[in-house]
Parts: sequence; C-alpha cells; structure tokens
Amino acid sequence: MKPIITSKDLVLYYDTFKALRGISMEIPEKQITAFIGPSGCGKSTFLKTLNRMNDLVPGVRVEGEVLFRDEDIFAPSVDVTTLRRKIGMVFQKPNPFPMSIYDNIAYGPRLHGTHSRAELNELVETSLKGAGLWDEVKDRLKKSALGLSGGQQQRLCIARALAVQPDVLLMDEPTSALDPASTMRIEELMATLREQYTVVIVTHNMQQATRISDKCAFFLLGEMIEFGDTEQVFSMPKDKRTEDYITGRFG
Amino acid sequence: MAARFSFDAELSALSASLLRMSSLATEAIASAITAFEQHDTARAEAVIKGDARLNELEREIEHQCMTLLLRQQPVARDLRIISTAMKMITDIERIGDAAADIAEISRHIVRDIPAVLPDIRAMAEEAQSMVCDAVEAFTLADVAAAKKIIARDDIVDDAFNNIKKRLVSVLTEDSSMADTAIDYLMVIKYLERLGDHAVNVCEWTEYYKTGVHHTGN
Repeated sequence: MKPIITSKDLVLYYDTFKALRGISMEIPEKQITAFIGPSGCGKSTFLKTLNRMNDLVPGVRVEGEVLFRDEDIFAPSVDVTTLRRKIGMVFQKPNPFPMSIYDNIAYGPRLHGTHSRAELNELVETSLKGAGLWDEVKDRLKKSALGLSGGQQQRLCIARALAVQPDVLLMDEPTSALDPASTMRIEELMATLREQYTVVIVTHNMQQATRISDKCAFFLLGEMIEFGDTEQVFSMPKDKRTEDYITGRFG
Repeated sequence: MAARFSFDAELSALSASLLRMSSLATEAIASAITAFEQHDTARAEAVIKGDARLNELEREIEHQCMTLLLRQQPVARDLRIISTAMKMITDIERIGDAAADIAEISRHIVRDIPAVLPDIRAMAEEAQSMVCDAVEAFTLADVAAAKKIIARDDIVDDAFNNIKKRLVSVLTEDSSMADTAIDYLMVIKYLERLGDHAVNVCEWTEYYKTGVHHTGN
C-alpha cells in the first residue's frame, strides 16, 4: 500500500541539540500508527514535525524531507494552514476554546471559508457523530464547551479536528489525562476513525499501543529503532533495545 | 526505568516449577518402564500415586502463569515464556499420565513375550531419552537441539510399527498370548505418544526462542 506520509532522513535541531537523528519511515494510509519510547526520545517532536507544528518553536531547524502524498511539506509553496487542515492534531490535554460546543466545531470550517448555516449545521453534526459525542451534547450545543467532562472535551477536540475534513489525525498522548472509561471510549473511537482517516498516535501506554495500533515505531534518543506490525513488535521485537524497553528492563 | 526485579524473580520461579514438574515426569517414565520390565508392582503403584503430584503441579503452574499475565501484562520474551509454560505443562502432564498408564498395565501382566521385549526396551529408552532431552533443550533454550529431537520421533514411530506387526503375528500364532500381546500393544502406544509429547515440548522451545510455532507432522 502506498504510504500517505513518508519521512526521509529527517533531522531536527532545537538550536544545537539534535532531537531527531535521521528518521526515515513510511506511514500507511487509513491505519493507526503508534509511536512509543521513553520521555525525550523524539517521538512527540517527530509527530509535531508531520504538520509543521514545530515551526512555532524558536530555534528549530529541520533537514531531510517529509512527503505528504508525494509533496514536500517544507516546500516554500506549501501553505501551513492548509497543511494543518489536512493533517490535524489532538493534544494531550483537552483544549476546547472558551466558546460554545457548536462554535468550537464550526471554528475551523469558518476559518476555511464555510459560512452557510446549513452547511455548518451539518458539519457540526457529522463531526460530533464522528467523534461519538453527538448524543451527549445535541441538546446543549449552545452551551460552553468548558462545561463538558474531560473525556467529552477530548472527544470535542477530536470532533473539532474532524470538522475540517482532514486526511490524517496526529494524536499526542490523547488519553493520558483521562480516566479509564473515557480512555476506552477514545480507543473505541480511534478504531472507527481508521476506516476514514490515518491516525498517528504518541502514547506512553504500551498496552494502549498494543490494543489499538496496526503499526508501531519505537524511538530512542532521537532515533527510530524499530518499526513494524504492532503484533510483531510486541511479540518478537527485532532489536534488543525495543525488547528491553517494552518488557520494562530499559536502562 | 527500573529493572523489574520482582517480575524477574517470579519468572525464575516459574521456570523452576516447570523444571521440577518435568523432572518428576521423566522420573515417572523411567520408573514405569522398569516396573513393566521387572513386574515390580510396588514401583508401579508408586508411579500411579505420584501422578497426582504432577496434576497438582500443573494447576500450580497454570495459576502462576495466569497471575503473571494478569498482573504484569507481559510482552515479547516475557509473554512467550509464559505462553510456552502454559502449553508445555499440558504435554508434561500427559507424559505423567502415560507413565501412570504403563504402570497400571504392568501391574496385571503375568506372562512375558520375550521375543519382543528387547525391542520394547530399545523403544522405551529412545522415547524416554527424547523426553529428557526435550526438557533439557527447553531449559537451555537450545533450538538446534530441539530440532534434532523432533527428527528422532521417526525412530520411535518406526519401532511402534515394527513391534505392532510382531505382536499381531504373536496373536495369530498363539491365542493364549492375546492378553499380553494387547497389553504390550497399549504399552508401545503410550511410548509412541511420549515421543509426540517430546516433539511438542521441542516445538514450544522453538516458539519461545523464535516466536514461530511449527506444528510438526
């Protein structure tokens, strides 16, 4: 299958610190790819590079290339807002805007030029349904999003990401601030998302990576040590460092 | 991340339990074969009684494995050793059963068929050493040795077919020997099964090391 994102020898510096040391990988379309590794290994940095979220960090310098559907995302012609519409992101801590549930979802589409009431209504509904939140909020769309529970807020953020009809969803530890029940809901949701979207998730929870992902990459000290089918990585890892990390015997 | 000392200790305890169970099973076979050859009823009784301990150990190890799966959510090598243990104990328990069955039969054999006894002894030695070697290969996680043991199963199978043929002719020539011939036939069938269990143990050893399980035959 043709990859949707291809990274070639990607090197990233935070000033003089080399945070990514030549990452090459192909992320398959409409699958869930998980990045695991200890804190500071570069997995989140790599994730953020995929939609140029790191542009916002001062002192960041990138070498190598990242192709999204064969197009170099660092090319001068690339419009970063359009790129981030195609490659959306959900963060560790739910970050709803201080506005109504409806406006949270409609924010992105409005930004990208959709103003028709009917169209927005439909987008809000399909996005909330897509994120498994519709039934819980359909009667209070005009209420503040800040009144939702943590798990609901995170699903709202997923709905908000879906509203601009992306191809890829990047998720940076999306359940680490949630209780087990909300975590399960998000995991179930991800399983349905993969039918339409490509999902890339950073997680510290290896059981979660095992449960939800199709592919898994292990990062260590800025390098990608191993990348393979999740079942293979967790049953018969090829690299001893992967084995030591996932079996908890690292260091 | 800290090393997992208590988990490692529990895994060592699991390996130790497996070895204890395996050595009890191999001792039971040796004893059952001696009881059969020497008409040693007391020894046969001891083997039959001893089988209960093997069943107990099977339950204990199963429990150890379930607890480790539940509490440690093992992956990779840890998961493979635990799943290997869970599969192996079934074979080892059946090796114990076969020993008890041979012992049981040996209790009521009154007459011998001397013409086939040396061949049965040779077959028994081969089957027994396959089991011992299989356990050793597992202990050392020696895949090359495990593969060689798997190949030896043909020797045991051939012995079974040869002895069976000769028992059939004994049966047709002298019907007064029918009881003994049929008892012998059952004994060699159990011996043949020992070879199969040794093969299974070897296949799980291979799985433990390589993550790939080949079903032989």
